[in-house]
Amino acid sequence: MIRLTGIRKSYRTGSSTLEVLKGIDLHIAKGELVSIMGASGSGKSTLLNIIGILDNYDNGEYRLDSLLIKGQSETENAGLRSKYIGFIFQSFNLISFKNALENVALPLYYQGIPRRKRNEQALAMLENVGLKDWAHHMPNELSGGQKQRVAIARALVSGPKIILADEPTGALDSTTSREVMELLKHVNRDMGMTVVIVTHERAVAAASQRVIYLRDGMIENDRLDPATLLADVR
Amino acid sequence: MFDRENWGEILQSIGKNKLRTVLTGFAVFWGIFMLILLLGLGNGLRNGFAYNFRNTAENSISIWGGETSKPWNGLPANRNIQLTEEDVEALRHTIPGLEHIAGNYRVWRGNSQLQYGNNYGSYNIHGIINEQQLLEKQTVAQGRFINEVDEQLKRKTIVIADDARKELFKDEDPMGKWVNVNGVPFQVVGLYASENEGRQGMMQRNPVFIPLSAAQQVFNAQRDVDEIMFSFSDASLAGAAMAEQRTRHTLARMHNFDPTDDRAIWLDNNVENVSTFNGIFTGISGFIWFIGIGSLVAGIVGIGNIMLIVVKDRTREIGVRKAMGATPANVIGQILMEAIFVTAVFGWFGLALGVLLLEGLASVVPGSEFFRNPTIDFRTAIWALIAMLMAGTIAGYFPARRAAAIRPIEALRDE
Repeated sequence: MIRLTGIRKSYRTGSSTLEVLKGIDLHIAKGELVSIMGASGSGKSTLLNIIGILDNYDNGEYRLDSLLIKGQSETENAGLRSKYIGFIFQSFNLISFKNALENVALPLYYQGIPRRKRNEQALAMLENVGLKDWAHHMPNELSGGQKQRVAIARALVSGPKIILADEPTGALDSTTSREVMELLKHVNRDMGMTVVIVTHERAVAAASQRVIYLRDGMIENDRLDPATLLADVR
Repeated sequence: MFDRENWGEILQSIGKNKLRTVLTGFAVFWGIFMLILLLGLGNGLRNGFAYNFRNTAENSISIWGGETSKPWNGLPANRNIQLTEEDVEALRHTIPGLEHIAGNYRVWRGNSQLQYGNNYGSYNIHGIINEQQLLEKQTVAQGRFINEVDEQLKRKTIVIADDARKELFKDEDPMGKWVNVNGVPFQVVGLYASENEGRQGMMQRNPVFIPLSAAQQVFNAQRDVDEIMFSFSDASLAGAAMAEQRTRHTLARMHNFDPTDDRAIWLDNNVENVSTFNGIFTGISGFIWFIGIGSLVAGIVGIGNIMLIVVKDRTREIGVRKAMGATPANVIGQILMEAIFVTAVFGWFGLALGVLLLEGLASVVPGSEFFRNPTIDFRTAIWALIAMLMAGTIAGYFPARRAAAIRPIEALRDE
């Protein structure tokens, strides 16, 4: 599903160039639930952005569902994101002046789906995450966990092949974190979506099937056993 | 891009920021309002001046005798030129496309006295033929105007305006009454509509009209006329210049003066006056558009500026939309439509209020020689609307470009 070969990426800040990714080779198969860990500055968010076609890369090759992602226009990229990828963010990024239903329906709006059908699908998805009764509440009337569940519903609604989550539990307490992780596992297991989570929380990573550890822009360990993470904590 | 979904998005984001929208919209509202107001007032000025020309055929020339300033054919300078009815006849045959021509004889107020019973009044007396009415466009309010029979029979008839009627006759019906003009009785045959209805001060009195032949006889003026006025069919500037030249040459031949002597006769060319007047007002109109567009531009810059802030404000939201599959065209479309919508709505209010105020002004302010009926026509309003929509587009375009260039990663980066 996701195949990265020799991906390099550097940022230019003033006169100096900072190389963030120094040749990433990674294959994530369809239906995997993968966590990406690493210290801050290790390049894990950049990697996620490249996978999500939010950022471009300098060298190497990225194939998404065997399609080479390189040199597409912004409009084409928007289409690819819309078709393949659902995003979940640390700070939820719900649009504050839209209610839960409208937020969930937004990706469908950009797919040109008519309003009635859009709202039906969005409501079904909210029911799926257990928030049907909250459909007409504004984001500021929801708790953190509820907001993240709305955000997850939004990521799922267009039926993407991949869910990309950037620190999805970063702003949540441990109980809510567990609920959100259960939801993501459910998505992976029952809806068959590939899920990639960037996190620095061992508990979160431990809930996934495979952990990729990044250090200084390189993959240090591609097949870390999640169980050892929990052992470490204890 | 113009479907209902988009409008929903636009209305929602406008509704979210009411104060900001209102403040922005006000700049455009004010710009259009001022533009309409200025154009209307400009039209008021133009209408006021145009009103002054209403009593004269626009394609006409008046001539007055002057005093020669150059010697000619052995004759000295400083000779008085007195126009006569022979000049009228000569001009009648030399001006191409001549429509009406009339000479008139004038007695100034200081030299005249009208008397009826115990009432006295002093008025300018114009000895005229009935063709004069066609040139000066007087309208008869009661009775009749001086006619050809009056002229042929040198009848002692007189046509007066309302001011003279009030002064001489008070509440009496003047028709058929005899008025003494410098001691000679004239019978009132008509009343004409006064052009100075509003202000009958001592200086502004309407002249009274008597037949030219009778005036020449009573005031012992042989066949003299003081003013010759004629109208002609070719109202172009070239046509007017040609008529003017023919007039000078004809009269120079008749009175033996240098045709280049521009003081021998005085000539008032209405075509030239009207065209000068039109030129001035075209200039004023241009200036008003310039000022109005200027204030509109200030509004546009205001909207553009605020939209830029909006884009910056909504960087994250736009980033999210992009992550959710919004194309650059979606983003540009949204910002652009928002700007155009705000401009159009507030601009419309400015337009409506401006027009309303002008209509109110037109009905309250009495027309004068300088200002009258300050309204704008439909075409001007359409142009203002077009200017408005262009303004909205320009105001939205640059912020929209900025929004489209937002990179989702930067927008979504957590601080």
